[in-house]
Amino acid sequence: MSGMIIEGKTGRWEVICGLEIHCQIISKSKMFSGASTHYGSDTNENVSFVDAGMPGMLPTLNEECVRQAIKTGLGLNAVINKYSEFARKNYFYADLPQGYQITQFKYPLVGEGKVVVNLSDGTTKEIGIERIHIEQDAGKSIHDISPNKSFIDLNRAGVGLMEIVTKPDFRSPEEAGAFLRKLRSIVRYLGTCDGNMDEGSMRCDINVSVRKVGETELRTRNEMKNVNSVKFVMQAIESEAKRHVETYENGGTIEQETRQFDPNTCATKVMRKKEFAHDYRYFPEPDLLPLVIDDEYIEQIRSEMVELPDAKQERFVKELGLTAYDASVLCENKETAEWFEKAANGHDAKKVANWMMGDFFAMLNEKKISLEESPISPENLGRLVDLITSNVINGKTAKDVFALMAETGDTPDKIVEEKGLKQVTDTAAIEAVIDAVISANPDNVAAYKAGKTALMGWFVGQVMKESRGKANPGIVNQILAQKLNS
Amino acid sequence: MMTDLTKLTIAQAREGLRAKEFSAQELTHAYIANMEKKRHLNAYVCETPEKALEQAALSQNKIEKGEGGDLEGIPLGIKDLFCTKGIATTACSNILKGFVPPYESTVTAKLLAAGANFLGKLNLDEFAMGGSNETSAFGPVVNPWSKNIPLVAGGSSGGSAAAVAAQMCAAATGTDTGGSIRQPSAYCGVTGIKPTYGRCSRYGIIAFASSLDQAGPIAKDVRDCAIMLKNMAGYDTKDATSAKVDVPDFEKFLGQDVRGLRIGLPKEFRVDGLDKNVAAYWDKAAEILKARGADVVEISLPHSKYALATYYIIAPAEASSNLARYDGLRFGNRVDGEHLDDMYINSRSKGFGKEVKRRIMIGTYVLSAGYYDAYYLKAQKVRRLIRDDFVRAFEKCDLILTPTAPTAAFPIGDKSMNANPILMWLNDIFTVSISLAGLPAMSLPIGLSEDGLPLGIQLIGKAFDEATIFKAASALEKDIDFGGKK
Repeated sequence: MSGMIIEGKTGRWEVICGLEIHCQIISKSKMFSGASTHYGSDTNENVSFVDAGMPGMLPTLNEECVRQAIKTGLGLNAVINKYSEFARKNYFYADLPQGYQITQFKYPLVGEGKVVVNLSDGTTKEIGIERIHIEQDAGKSIHDISPNKSFIDLNRAGVGLMEIVTKPDFRSPEEAGAFLRKLRSIVRYLGTCDGNMDEGSMRCDINVSVRKVGETELRTRNEMKNVNSVKFVMQAIESEAKRHVETYENGGTIEQETRQFDPNTCATKVMRKKEFAHDYRYFPEPDLLPLVIDDEYIEQIRSEMVELPDAKQERFVKELGLTAYDASVLCENKETAEWFEKAANGHDAKKVANWMMGDFFAMLNEKKISLEESPISPENLGRLVDLITSNVINGKTAKDVFALMAETGDTPDKIVEEKGLKQVTDTAAIEAVIDAVISANPDNVAAYKAGKTALMGWFVGQVMKESRGKANPGIVNQILAQKLNS
Repeated sequence: MMTDLTKLTIAQAREGLRAKEFSAQELTHAYIANMEKKRHLNAYVCETPEKALEQAALSQNKIEKGEGGDLEGIPLGIKDLFCTKGIATTACSNILKGFVPPYESTVTAKLLAAGANFLGKLNLDEFAMGGSNETSAFGPVVNPWSKNIPLVAGGSSGGSAAAVAAQMCAAATGTDTGGSIRQPSAYCGVTGIKPTYGRCSRYGIIAFASSLDQAGPIAKDVRDCAIMLKNMAGYDTKDATSAKVDVPDFEKFLGQDVRGLRIGLPKEFRVDGLDKNVAAYWDKAAEILKARGADVVEISLPHSKYALATYYIIAPAEASSNLARYDGLRFGNRVDGEHLDDMYINSRSKGFGKEVKRRIMIGTYVLSAGYYDAYYLKAQKVRRLIRDDFVRAFEKCDLILTPTAPTAAFPIGDKSMNANPILMWLNDIFTVSISLAGLPAMSLPIGLSEDGLPLGIQLIGKAFDEATIFKAASALEKDIDFGGKK
């Protein structure tokens, strides 16, 4: 049970939470116009007459956005609706040039689905998806350039969005956080959204209410708009739930309202009271025909689907012998998983995973570089593991070789060869070193023989030191034992 | 050379041009002279004679080389609802004063490509909302048939119908949402067809009610309508609601035998108190077709009595959303204010006329939460029933014959209609149900009333069967002794 329980003065409270996530669809052009979706262009550079809401302009649907949303729906194990409709959501704002947003209301493209999230205590939980509908984004109002003027950038106006609505299945901030990470991982695997919350390409609205443990009815919820990181989402849920409990326990009531989370204070404040809620006057968009698709279309998209994190994770455990934890870490990010698969191909996968999650990630962190920028190629990491498993080098030497690989980008074989780091497995050579050590330390030999067997470690150390670390520690131990115990 | 080139139909003018009887410039000059002479009719809100002559010169070059399109050298008037690149387009609203579109509507682009030249932009009811052209910000059009007191030209395409009737252009474009091509055509004694919804692209036509708006021609006779429509119609990727159906050469259906054609007369249209002239001409039209071997049958359109109410919910609902973009910010006329909201309020208060405001209010009301089901949703259901009525009726007949309007043109400034807008809306009684069903319908002159004013007869066809309308219309036209042309 991963639910969060708030111990109040009057009893125990549970948290009820649902999320609405706006994901910007990856597509070359906007949802209803041919303008580019390129991020980082000059202000108002990517604006067509349609986006600017010019008289007589009409929207035309970009099929790519539909495909991407269907793909996402399939990735979330959801029903794809063969009939869906566009609707107008009417509201007036300077960055919404048409005076309405084209969205879907009564008939969304994607219906119910589910996502399994992994929680820190090793358990999993199924989160229900209510629906996914597609819609256009608004432009951006910029208020901080001039004290008495606002500026409008319409580059984002008309960019395709998927709004993913979950069921109110979250019972703790942790569950919501785990879901968001999972969702982000899925859309990134699918290439349907880049999932960058800090850039606004994935934005989260949170609905929170609380109720006494044992209650079955839902109490009034509050909505928090546009929270832009997983951490803030978790903090917002916690702080809002606590506020509700406090309010109820002090005899107050919660009114339905829209609130804003302030990461600086970790608290929420009122944005819009219910009586000022918009009446969006939804009605079917008369400029667009209903969207009708068939099974063949859906199956075509399904056949293009990549392996998703859950399936990959399962395969890593079953076929490569990874632990569930290691597999989940390596699979969260598609590029990492692919890098790992390349490195593990033909080598000891478990050892490769250990190296990757240990020294390799540490190296990337230290150098502050991304996976793609790594000086060590996946093939070379696999080869390094090979050198260890085939006793060419020992574990200690391997760390030095790894450091040199990170520095030079050379193959481990080249480094071992050039630096003469090959492990000595020639028993005669090792025996010679051992003999020299024994004859140079008659006192310690006597003490060992007298029963101070703990000196074995000291002898091993001396031999390794004399061989400059290259002697195979297994063989050293074996011969030393023979000689000292004879 | 002929003395009055403006009396020629397109078909006659085309022949004259090809036979070098006169040049495209001479033809254009003749119309320009007429436009100047008849400015008191207020048909044009913007004259572009220089541009027309430039285009005519280009046409003349082509004609001399034996090249050119269907409308090469033909001077047209364009309803000021069509966006014309580089030429002011206002929808006859103050809010769009000064707006010069940087793009060309698909329909006007097709006409230009066919060789037509544009004499200017024609008056209409503001945003096409009205049935008398009195809501225009430029003032009403005067019907060329007016005797002692000025009569309305009808609306919303009042400028188009009047200009054609007064030979101020060879033909004109119109748009029809609830009767806006057919009713003014009837009032002015000219021929106009509203094709099937989806036949012409709406791209670049300033939207009034998107699910009803449809472009069509107003011309001197049936043949000219056929020539015009062929060059206006066709699928357009820029309008998702335009239909992917072939456009036939409508001209080839003119003069075809109407024997065996089943003509339906809807009994519900014979309302109590129907004007006796209107009723008599309706019977006469049926007799003409019967005499030519057509079968006349009674049909029933039981839900047509709800058409007007349905129309005045759906059209304003869509209009209230379509007109949200006119805020004084990006185009048209801005009226400054202290704050942004004041600017919006001032621009709209000054920019929109009374009828437009009335419809925005109605539309906003019927879409609002709590009223949506009772009004908009109900209206949509009735609209379906009205459409089904026609589908059933067309099992019994091939064409439906009705009057176009309940009366002839009435005086400008009619007090009772100004006091009670519903009386004005009643002029649409015979046209709106066809618009709601998306069907094609033509109005052609059937004769003069006792007061010597033109009356129209309406032929309604099955969806995308304008061809049969043209067939029957040409038969009617031949046998009608219409009291001369203005």
